[in-house]
Amino acid sequence: MSAKRTLPAEPARSVAAPARRAWRYPPLNALIGGGLLLVLIGMALLGLVWTPYEPLRLDLLARFQAPSAAHWLGTDEFGRDALSRMMMGARTSLWISLLSVSFAVVAGTLIGMLAGYLRGWTDRVLMMLNDALLAFPGILMALGIMAIIGASQYGIVLALGIAYTPSVVRVVRGSVLSLRELEFVEASRVIGNSEFYTMLRHIAPNCLAPLCVLATSMFGWALLSESALSFLGLGVPPPAATWGSMLAASRPYIASAAWLGIFPGLFISLALLAINLFGDALRDRLDPRMRK
Amino acid sequence: MTVPTALLSVQHLKIRAGVQGQLAVDDLSFTMAPGEIVALVGESGSGKTMAARAAIGLLPAPMQVCGGRIEFKGVALDSRDAPAMRRVRGAQIGMVFQEPMVSLNPSLTIGRQMSEALKLHTDLDAAEIRRRCLQMLQRIGIKDAERCLASYPHQFSGGMRQRIMLASVMLLRPALLIADEPTTALDCLAQLDVIELMLELTREQGTAILFISHDLSLVARYAHKVVVMRNGKAVEQGGIQDILLAPRADYTRQLLEALPSRGVLAPLPPANGPLLEVRGVCIEHPGPRSFWGKSLPKRVVHGVDLSIAPGETLALVGGSGSGKTTLGRAVVGLVNPCAGAIRFKGVDILKAANRVHRLQCQMIFQDPYSSLDPRMKIGQILAEPLRHEPGMSPAQRRQRVAETLVDVGLAEHFVERFAHQLSGGQRQRVAIGRALVRRPQLVIADEPISALDMTIQKQILELFERLQKQYGFACLFISHDLAAVERIAHRVAVMNQGEVVEIGDRDAIFDTPQHPYTQQLLAAASPLERLAGGGYRIRTR
Repeated sequence: MSAKRTLPAEPARSVAAPARRAWRYPPLNALIGGGLLLVLIGMALLGLVWTPYEPLRLDLLARFQAPSAAHWLGTDEFGRDALSRMMMGARTSLWISLLSVSFAVVAGTLIGMLAGYLRGWTDRVLMMLNDALLAFPGILMALGIMAIIGASQYGIVLALGIAYTPSVVRVVRGSVLSLRELEFVEASRVIGNSEFYTMLRHIAPNCLAPLCVLATSMFGWALLSESALSFLGLGVPPPAATWGSMLAASRPYIASAAWLGIFPGLFISLALLAINLFGDALRDRLDPRMRK
Repeated sequence: MTVPTALLSVQHLKIRAGVQGQLAVDDLSFTMAPGEIVALVGESGSGKTMAARAAIGLLPAPMQVCGGRIEFKGVALDSRDAPAMRRVRGAQIGMVFQEPMVSLNPSLTIGRQMSEALKLHTDLDAAEIRRRCLQMLQRIGIKDAERCLASYPHQFSGGMRQRIMLASVMLLRPALLIADEPTTALDCLAQLDVIELMLELTREQGTAILFISHDLSLVARYAHKVVVMRNGKAVEQGGIQDILLAPRADYTRQLLEALPSRGVLAPLPPANGPLLEVRGVCIEHPGPRSFWGKSLPKRVVHGVDLSIAPGETLALVGGSGSGKTTLGRAVVGLVNPCAGAIRFKGVDILKAANRVHRLQCQMIFQDPYSSLDPRMKIGQILAEPLRHEPGMSPAQRRQRVAETLVDVGLAEHFVERFAHQLSGGQRQRVAIGRALVRRPQLVIADEPISALDMTIQKQILELFERLQKQYGFACLFISHDLAAVERIAHRVAVMNQGEVVEIGDRDAIFDTPQHPYTQQLLAAASPLERLAGGGYRIRTR
């Protein structure tokens, strides 16, 4: 039997297309999510250099003004311009959420991979501590940490970061545990790759999908928790503005000056929507199996 | 009634994926008489499962019947409404699935699952249902039937679960049993066991079987009639003897030729000393353990001695749980033996400095679907082992990857593909390429073809033989597929429960097996034999 006869292999399952392909229209969720995100980030960046009014300037004659041509989003109980404060708050809120989620993802991934890959005693001790942390509600733990390190912008980042780390650890460890039994991980070891290389090259990238989903939903929790902490007086200290603290401050006036609550709430929701859509699109883009 | 009615009659059946989609089954017609065993044979994607599912009215989501007629006991299927169909399912048409590990609900006791159908379809009282379940369990050879009723599925082996599944389906005495690859996931001894049981039970009750399988030699032993399917079409159908003796369609002939037969082996190169030596190796798995307590290790390999000469293929055969895979993993260094020694070129592989072993001993894994990193391109996968070849320039590496692709019969543009874009056979080619790209002297192949279709199995075996001739590597070929072993192995070692019970030259093992376990294995395999006239018959041993 000639060797050549084996050569015509079975046809590929996918369409045999050339490697290069025309640029395709990005999916809808990437467009909407990315667009919204760009607008919000643009607003935050603009707020750094220019705002319609001085966000901290009090104008007691112009208290509780409804949205108008002069004050697009109205003014608050001290006569400060709500739009200016929204722009100032955009930077603080997005920045705090981004930093605390990044902190949780980086720390949680490291610990989770360590526990999942080494197993044995390392795993047991790490997971015991982790489960102990998980037993506290995130906000309670953040409160405790804030009480120790004091209220400041980076204090919140640390507190929220630590509060969200345990769930990342759980998710990453779970993926690692199922991945390390797969044959391609064993294949990597048979090749002679070090454990560290295997972890970095084969296991970490394959944890990405659940991590992406978790990180984007955590971004939303972080935004809300920050506002909860502000509400409890442990957030970014006044008079600095965050969306959460603006929402919290509007509570007594919800009947008489509803716009003070509506707009921060709306922006928080929009940010959540944007980040979730964008996160989904990112996950699909990063997964070669999703590419058609 | 003058004309005997067919039990199941399928006429010009067409099944489409979605309204505009591809035809999964195209113009399929066959009939089954009561008590008859009909086999639907074909490779993956041939539509055999879809055809059977249409008969029971359980097509998965996008699939829909778009033409033809299915009659069960003379009544068209589409004339029955949903509640009527539910009364037919289970009570008159039973189904056994392929994967015994997932076809029983893990959180319900066996007793609950067995009695479920009886409660639904009969008006027997609880005591009578229980009596019948017990009777059936005793019938299928379960010793402690009372306890079995209260047990959960995970407490049984795959073969046992499939027996229980079969028992609970047969409790209702259906007129038709649809068996969808009921033994594919089992090793050959358990396979025989389950099929014999299925035949016994159905014979007693006069049940017809629609047997779906990709394995023509298995079907040949039992079926009365065979329908060979390819790409949704029936390419040939008829009595089993007619098809074996005089296959008409090319594809049937191809399937029959795909059954491996004893090949002529290349002579071994002269060698001084074995390449691999396994001496008195014992391997333990850590057992279950409590939080503080010590675990009781479970010994799975008990003092095995083997040796492989350069260029030689040693086959390691045995049922599942015999420890053959564990031994293979120990040889590449994935598990450490707790006693004994493994020497590669005379040096113990556990010595930290034994780089030669690491570089020259490679492994091909069983499952092509999980042995390739889904996030890496084929080119990257093939190039990865070359990281550890210090003297190679990037250009040389690319050159070697390109050569390897040609070696394993894949086109150049596969470098840019991801594993999920490849078929199972192509993936296994990549896995073979990855093992060979460093030109190793020893390759451990752990069931490299058992997850593939018949004709693909043949291609991969041919490829493997050719590459072995070309590069002259030795091979430890782990398999439960005796036909493949018979084709390529120089020597065969038979393992049972962690011990090598018999070892010898291929011809000696296959022609004059000494150990009863070897004889049992060979009897269970019983492949087809080629006759001089071009036909086939079932070989008797």
